[in-house]
Amino acid sequence: MEFTILILVLPAICFPLLALFGMKMPHRVAGTIGTVAIGAVTILSYITALNYFGAGRTAEGIFPTLTPWNIRWLPFTETLHIDMGIMLDPISVMMLVVITTVSLMVHIYSFGYMKGEKGFQRYYAFLSLFTFSMLGLVVATNIFQMYIFWELVGVSSYLLIGFYYTKPEAIAASKKAFIVTRFADLGFLIGILLYGYYMQTFTFTPAADQLMKAGMILPWALGLMFVGGAGKSAMFPLHIWLPDAMEGPTPVSALIHAATMVVAGVYLVARMFPLFIGFAPETLHVVAYVGAFTAFYAATVACVQSDIKRVLAFSTISQIGFMMVALGVCTSMDPHEGGLGYMAGMFHLFTHAMFKALLFLGAGCIIHAVHSNEMSTMGGLRKYMPVTHITFLIACLAIAGIWPLSGFFSKDEILAACFAFSPVMGWIMTAIAGMTAFYMFRLYYCIFWGKENTELHKEHVPHESPLTMTVPLMILAAITIVAGWILPFGHFVSSDGKAYDIHIDTGVAAISLVVALFAIGLATYMYARSSQPLADSLARRFSGLHKAAYRRFYLDEIWLFVTKKIIFNCISTPIAWFDRHVIDNFMNMLAAGTQACGTLIRPVQTGKIQTYTIWFFAGIIILTVILLLAL
Amino acid sequence: MNILSIFVLIPLLMMLGLWISRNLNQIRTVMVTGSTMLLALSIYLAAAYISMRNAGADAEMLFTDSISWYAPLDICYSVGVDGISVVMLLLSSIIVFTGTFASWKLQPLTKEYFLWYTLLSLGVFGFFISNDMFTMFMFYEVALIPMYLLIGVWGSGKKEYAAMKLTLMLMGGSAFLLIGILGIYYGAGAETMNILEIAQKHIPLEIQKIFFPVVFLGFGVLGALFPFHTWSPDGHASAPTAVSMLHAGVLMKLGGYGCFRIAMYLMPEGAQIWGDLFLILTTISVVYGALSAVVQTDLKYINAYSSVSHCGLVLFALLMMTKVSATGAILQMLSHGLMTAMFFALIGMIYCRTHTRDIRELRGLMKIMPFLAVGYIIAGLANLGLPGFSGFVAEMTVFTGSFQNADLFHRICTIIATTSIVVTAVYILRVVGKILYGTCTNEEHLKLTDATWEERFTIICLVIAIAGLGLAPYWVNDLISNSVEPIISQLAVK
Repeated sequence: MEFTILILVLPAICFPLLALFGMKMPHRVAGTIGTVAIGAVTILSYITALNYFGAGRTAEGIFPTLTPWNIRWLPFTETLHIDMGIMLDPISVMMLVVITTVSLMVHIYSFGYMKGEKGFQRYYAFLSLFTFSMLGLVVATNIFQMYIFWELVGVSSYLLIGFYYTKPEAIAASKKAFIVTRFADLGFLIGILLYGYYMQTFTFTPAADQLMKAGMILPWALGLMFVGGAGKSAMFPLHIWLPDAMEGPTPVSALIHAATMVVAGVYLVARMFPLFIGFAPETLHVVAYVGAFTAFYAATVACVQSDIKRVLAFSTISQIGFMMVALGVCTSMDPHEGGLGYMAGMFHLFTHAMFKALLFLGAGCIIHAVHSNEMSTMGGLRKYMPVTHITFLIACLAIAGIWPLSGFFSKDEILAACFAFSPVMGWIMTAIAGMTAFYMFRLYYCIFWGKENTELHKEHVPHESPLTMTVPLMILAAITIVAGWILPFGHFVSSDGKAYDIHIDTGVAAISLVVALFAIGLATYMYARSSQPLADSLARRFSGLHKAAYRRFYLDEIWLFVTKKIIFNCISTPIAWFDRHVIDNFMNMLAAGTQACGTLIRPVQTGKIQTYTIWFFAGIIILTVILLLAL
Repeated sequence: MNILSIFVLIPLLMMLGLWISRNLNQIRTVMVTGSTMLLALSIYLAAAYISMRNAGADAEMLFTDSISWYAPLDICYSVGVDGISVVMLLLSSIIVFTGTFASWKLQPLTKEYFLWYTLLSLGVFGFFISNDMFTMFMFYEVALIPMYLLIGVWGSGKKEYAAMKLTLMLMGGSAFLLIGILGIYYGAGAETMNILEIAQKHIPLEIQKIFFPVVFLGFGVLGALFPFHTWSPDGHASAPTAVSMLHAGVLMKLGGYGCFRIAMYLMPEGAQIWGDLFLILTTISVVYGALSAVVQTDLKYINAYSSVSHCGLVLFALLMMTKVSATGAILQMLSHGLMTAMFFALIGMIYCRTHTRDIRELRGLMKIMPFLAVGYIIAGLANLGLPGFSGFVAEMTVFTGSFQNADLFHRICTIIATTSIVVTAVYILRVVGKILYGTCTNEEHLKLTDATWEERFTIICLVIAIAGLGLAPYWVNDLISNSVEPIISQLAVK
């Protein structure tokens, strides 16, 4: 499998090529270079997946972990060293397929979406950088390599969110995204360093005796790593950067902030899963509770947002919460029950990447058509944009968990795992799944049905997007339809590597279907028509709650208060003042004191012989007196 | 002739050449030739050093040589390098080389400026090749004095005040040093000034107890140790571009180098006794510098405080006294030297166009001077420790090394110090967002031009060095960690 190195090398070459020489190329050429490179990487990833899964299992009945490449990049001690390499195991191979597929779709889509934009070449350069970093992250052979690429995806996200660098909102959003995730990464880093010190290795499989020795440290180290994961995966309360990140170009939101980078935290937990389940089940419970709360919180906020990208952003946060819950609830040591959540989480990661990318790309088409993100400018768009309409509907049905689309299968598994953990968790997650269906169909109706903004549409008739944009939509829609059926996912990805048979739990499936259908029905009743009396009256009656949810429960204000008021005004400003006025003044006082001493002594040196003589004789007299007295 | 003496000889010849130069072109020719030769020499030295090590040379210092020049006090001109000095020489020559291009159009008194500039670099090179405490001290003084004139004459803003402050504070530090050196000399039996020979002897504990803090503080002033760092913001803000580069890039490293090579190497027990106190001070430096940088409005002040933070990390890592952390400290010196030099170069270039360094008056430079703006972003990302640039390698080595001290005190200090990576991101991105992005509304600024060829050349050289170190850290790491070994093993023997 040595060829897998090309998966990293191609985008790694592509980025500097486009970054340095892109400005001299015509748009079309730069875009083509980027897309062809990513196309080649996609094909290579598929070949890797076919080879890897095709090679079959080892004698123990698991898929082997291969490391076709591993070089020592930076040695610290004999045992601690950062390696750079490629590791293939079921989840990394799955992620290769997900990332390259979505990335390729986004590359193609961007031809149409970014057409004529200034900085088109720069955009493709950053996309290459991002793809490279994300691929490097998933194939990492050790936790430090993961951290390195983790930082690189962070910076590519920063650069892409701030792509429209003259727009103040975009600048603020990019800064916020970087700093919030950086703050979380501090936890990740400390976790890694603790892990490295006590395990004496940065690899994912520490020696058994070190594990025994570490005792209580390991749960803490894993918990700190999860903080990093929570930052990148927008878990409450570190999620605040993600909605703002929507200021970036929409295809970027689809790629980075829906399908790939934001699930890095989930991937991290999955990567460390054997350690979590073996040595830190309590930490895993924390993961589950954080995930569940985030899923609930984001779902409530998503119900009232008016910016379509914001709705999708909160929906992403909520869905990632589902994945975290799925990983967190499998604390049973029984491989079958324990493995269900893990498998479901990974499965949902896969299906969600496809349909959420589809939703964002669809939203991109809509924004392209009406030149606004606000729902009020839309309504009734189904007449103008049939392809977008149908594909968007498919994605909405999938995320709502309607049979037979892919989302149904993955969500059903998650709910089954939750019910196995505790009925309370199961019912809560089912309710949140219902909310998902509700807000997605609210979104759907407000865009494609509902009240049409006829004035605006008369002025500027919305139109269907060009083929470069609609073809990716169709491909992703096709994947969304069949992904639940094509293959038994559990046969490839499972917590212990052994084949895992998915059973549809008919009870759970029936409940979730009923709930989803009910929520869709409610959304239809409330939002499908041109006037929406019920929704309006509810918003009026609970105006306080509505406003709070619309303002995302004032979390951004709280964060702003903490950063601006506390850190900037109450810590840094006094420190800077202290430095200038106390420490520096002390030095100045020292200098002034020296000078004052000099001034004080200076009059003695008058330069007049008479004065000197007087002092001279005075001295003689005093000394004589002293001598006489002493005698 | 010893290859190391050429490092002193070239600046001397350059000064001679400058003295007889008649016009600007001749001055430039001398400077470019000389600094290129220095760069080539240091690269050659590094290669020769590595090949000698690979061939099995296991002496602590290579290329050693010694000539007595004041027998009554056993002062010798003794030279020799280990891996640490080799990388420091490499750093110095890169900064001197790029600094020459950064002061390409400097006016007035170009000749005099370069004379002092060359003298300064002579002191720096001499310092890094010396093995004799007194000779080292002499070169140290040679490096300090020109700074006064370079800032006082060619500086900007409150230049006289800044020059005076900087010189006096550093002179105060060297007064401590002189006492410390004599203390070591007599403590070790008054037989030799040679560091390697003193290291073989044992200085009595009482003497170490007294003189370790003296020497450490003396060098610490130059290494911007809290609370003796206040010369740095004023000094950097007033200094001309290339002087800021050389000062933050190389001169501040003399402090860390001296602390390690003289204070800690010769007085390991003193270091054990005083280590915790100084560790607290350096931890404060790291966080305090970073937090102060957050609210500054002058670009140079931001970088000066950032230097306080990053140089604090150097001393911090040294005091952690593990092999990995000390290697990290040296890497951090190297990386900080390159990054800060790049920052100051860029700020100088922006300043000479806009005539302001106030971030409230600058906006949207990305559109106006894209090359400089992209350079600034790269420098910023390197500074906040992005993988692929040198800062990441250095910081990670420091933190991994520091984590090997498992007791509570060291662990708390380490965790406090790691928070600086977040604060660094805050002040870097704040500046980038404020001055580079957005739309420029100042009519005057809209007419400005992008970088000229020599400015581009300066920046590109520095970017290559930073990225080279960041992408392939293996060989430098190897070079340093082998040389750190003897000093650390000295510290480990209690």
